[in-house]
Amino acid sequence: MDFQKHTLVVLVADKPGILNRVASLFRRRGFNIDSIAVGHAEQPNLSRMTIVVGGAEGTVEQVRKQLAKLVDVVRISDITNEPVVTRELALIKVKATAASRNEIIQIVDIFRANIVDVAADSLTVEVTGDGEKLDSLINLLRGFGIKELSRTGCIALTRGTTSSATAEE
Amino acid sequence: MKLTGAQILCEALLKEGVEVIFGFPGGVVLPLYDTLPQYSQLRHILVRHEQGAAHAADGYSRATGKVGVCLATSGPGATNLVTGIANAYLDSSPMVAITGQVARPFIGKDGFQEVDITGITVPITKHNYLVLDVNDLARVVKESFYLARTGRPGPVLIDIPKDVFIEQTDFRYPEKVDLPGYKPTIEGHPTQIKKAAKAISESKRPVILAGRGIILSDACEELKELAETSQMPVVTTLLGIGCFPESHVLSFGMIGMHGMAYANFAVSNADLIIAIGMRFDDRATGKVSAFAPKARIIHIDIDPAEIGKNVRVDMPIVGDAKHVLRELNKLVGRRLHVEWVKQLDTWREEHPSVTIRESENLLPQFVVRKIYEVTGGEAIVVTGVGQNQMWSAQHFWYDKPGKLISSGGLGTMGFELPAAMGAKVGCPDETVWCIAGDGGIQMTIQELATIVQENIAVKIAIINNGYLGMVRQWQDLFYQKRYVATPLSGPDFVKIAEAYGLPGLRVKTRREVVPALKKAMAYKGAFLIDFQVEPEENVYPMVPPGAGLAEVIEDPQKKPARSSAPDLTASSI
Repeated sequence: MDFQKHTLVVLVADKPGILNRVASLFRRRGFNIDSIAVGHAEQPNLSRMTIVVGGAEGTVEQVRKQLAKLVDVVRISDITNEPVVTRELALIKVKATAASRNEIIQIVDIFRANIVDVAADSLTVEVTGDGEKLDSLINLLRGFGIKELSRTGCIALTRGTTSSATAEE
Repeated sequence: MKLTGAQILCEALLKEGVEVIFGFPGGVVLPLYDTLPQYSQLRHILVRHEQGAAHAADGYSRATGKVGVCLATSGPGATNLVTGIANAYLDSSPMVAITGQVARPFIGKDGFQEVDITGITVPITKHNYLVLDVNDLARVVKESFYLARTGRPGPVLIDIPKDVFIEQTDFRYPEKVDLPGYKPTIEGHPTQIKKAAKAISESKRPVILAGRGIILSDACEELKELAETSQMPVVTTLLGIGCFPESHVLSFGMIGMHGMAYANFAVSNADLIIAIGMRFDDRATGKVSAFAPKARIIHIDIDPAEIGKNVRVDMPIVGDAKHVLRELNKLVGRRLHVEWVKQLDTWREEHPSVTIRESENLLPQFVVRKIYEVTGGEAIVVTGVGQNQMWSAQHFWYDKPGKLISSGGLGTMGFELPAAMGAKVGCPDETVWCIAGDGGIQMTIQELATIVQENIAVKIAIINNGYLGMVRQWQDLFYQKRYVATPLSGPDFVKIAEAYGLPGLRVKTRREVVPALKKAMAYKGAFLIDFQVEPEENVYPMVPPGAGLAEVIEDPQKKPARSSAPDLTASSI
């Protein structure tokens, strides 16, 4: 099976219940969402969802077609194989003692991440980047003990003038 | 002039050509019911249970081709519609279901009879709406009917809070819908159609596999032209029955678990399947990996998500069946498949799936056959689910679309009586026979009261074998005859009929069948016949669950008992 992660950019009508409709469809058809991020799009009344879904080629094709059947879904693009900018943000609260604090700060600097909160026994780190960058920072920090972790899920836009899933065809 | 939400709804229904609403009142829909007398053109039929309203709207829709409308109050009224909505969804029946909702200030507070019906019906509607502003109501109704009847049809639910029915605004019915996320593909891709035409011209053993999509898109004539021009045999799904005249020389009946042996053999030996308006349901395909193993598959369907969902497809064509077939017919040349059709005829002779064996006893197949003979085939047959359904499909021949009405996808026992009622309301001049089992009829038997109150002249034949027959058959064949929870000690259906106020007859022998049917037909109103048939009769042919279509079990009381599809190699024809 050619299992691959796909990034779908979905432009939806900004109506109550749309998240439920999308989530319900994934649950019902047994598709697994890796991450989903939703926010307002460039046009009023439209939202853009970035959904990362893992699965064989046929499965992802079914996801795309089933999503397209939702009346409130305006457009869908599978941007997996296109030049894109993807970003994700994570907040990581990591245990920090007097002994380990400096080492953590060095790692954070290397990743061009920021420390956004300092407490007696912890540091909270904010990091943005693609998923892989976040994964590696999180792995490094795990050694110090991660108390809390929150990730936004990935958002993506295609590079240059081409646009993914705009309302105009 | 300002109208109330309830008036706007009624005005909008009239604009959509609605004539009948199947419904049941309750607290939050009272403002609407109070308004109904102002709109005498809208006939309201009071059902006895909301499930009956949904099935009746579905039956009405299947018989007339129009959008069926049902109406229920909030909470339990709405949830009682759910089975009927799901049934319509799986069989792509156009329906608009209207539910009342608690007044806006109470939404989300678990008010009396509040339920999140839009949330509940997300996976079983094409779309649904909760109307929170009376100014949206006209547009929502317009969109709902448009969505229900276009593209791949289906049910749409509109949930309306009580205070929205009361609120007033100007009524303006929109001319057009504006749904940027909804653009069904109607025209097939020309290149794909060309490819399909070429495949047809190269094929030596083509089979057309036709489904309900043909009926829904009114493409029966186009289908006939395609079949006749290229002399291709036609088989159908259960819901496709009637889209091609079953008396036609090129018709080889229904495929699937209880399909005709020869239809299944045809599919198993075809080198090309032209599947139109069908979705490769597992009851139709049998084991998917063994489905049409020698064939390339053309799949014509309006729903792109059906392409490649269950079965690999070589030539997909997304589009409306009527439009695609019209274009395809321009390209397909005259051909003959004499040898191939002759082969199918031979299989039909060698494996006569619809002969009824000799028996002193009253066989259920015999009853269905006699209904066919007495009506001369001129009837709408509405079935339950299970054995009665399969016998109705096998032993009655349908030459026109919309004459067999049956719950295919969901397989809803209890569909038969209310759906027959809806069909008769939609087609008052046609004879409507409800062929039911003694199990299913009891699930919605309360609609006998509706039938009597509204003078709906449905003829009801209960195929009474004292069992949940199809489940018993599976216990017989696959669970060593352990009949757990399938024997029924039913009520006295004749007395039931009498209690509801319609005439009933009990028939126990073969010779009583035709006189009873004639009596029922001659009677002006609804009529019920309780046919007490052979209790342990099984439906054959049967493809066992998990087996390929070629592995047909035929009636062991007729020979030969089991037959595998004769294996044609490409060279033999």
